[in-house]
Amino acid sequence: MVNQIATSPARTGHVLHRFANPGRFLRLAAKVQPYLTVAALVLLTVGIGWGMFFAPADRIQHDAMRIIYIHVPAAWLASSGYLALAVCSVLSLVWRHPLADLAAAEISPVGAAITAVALATGSIWGRPMWGAWWVWDARLTSVLVLFFLYLGHVALVRAFDDPERGQRAGAILALVGVVNLPIIKFSVDWWNTLHQPASITLSGSPTMDSRMLWPLLFSALGFSLGFAALVTARLRAAVMERRIRGLLLAQAREGNT
Amino acid sequence: MTHLPYILSAYGLTALVAVALSFGAISRLRSARKRLAQLDPRAR
Repeated sequence: MVNQIATSPARTGHVLHRFANPGRFLRLAAKVQPYLTVAALVLLTVGIGWGMFFAPADRIQHDAMRIIYIHVPAAWLASSGYLALAVCSVLSLVWRHPLADLAAAEISPVGAAITAVALATGSIWGRPMWGAWWVWDARLTSVLVLFFLYLGHVALVRAFDDPERGQRAGAILALVGVVNLPIIKFSVDWWNTLHQPASITLSGSPTMDSRMLWPLLFSALGFSLGFAALVTARLRAAVMERRIRGLLLAQAREGNT
Repeated sequence: MTHLPYILSAYGLTALVAVALSFGAISRLRSARKRLAQLDPRAR
């Protein structure tokens, strides 16, 4: 039993490293990518089309609430994308997984873009509903901090001549920034915010009409699969680029000898 | 439909970001694949 516990991290590392082979990853990713992309496009078309044209308007917010079919999925994805970045950082720091470094570097620009979308669409919704483009509310401010964490990761990973040092520094920043995720989630409960509390929770039934909830869930799943498809495409390119650098280096060495 | 300019701005901006990210990823993937095929014809 003690031996089993002692060897379990090594076993986990072994399982994870099975997918570290670049050739194996590229073959698997090339097969998965079209399915991810098509599924994302279908779900987004259904979710957004349903939400825009068939779901009822809100009694108080009227049609402006239709912005939630993109704002809420983008906001969920901003946080879950950061969680994915943190998981990759753990894999990189603990198991030195070579693909985890590349994945983290590819997640952060996409995460920053999706967080910008969440902030911008929230701001566009806020203008007619709150009468202001921006308020220094706990939820908005903590999501803005998340945006800066993503940008910090993007910059830090590329700030060193030695890519390994940049990736390690980025991984540490990503893990430190995880503290912001519960702050984002619970900001509407801990502080008196202008931003409304969660309409959908894991513990209780949603406070949203099912005619609005279903298109929102379709859209959220579409956003998530679209995010996965984008990161997979970028990661495939990054693996190929690393191989190109290796080949060019080998050619340069051969030329020198 | 009420608030149409706000709705169109929000959806337009999101579509713009999605298209920019997708084209960026596709062009990067294509150029990496092409460059790799030139350097190592066995690579897939």
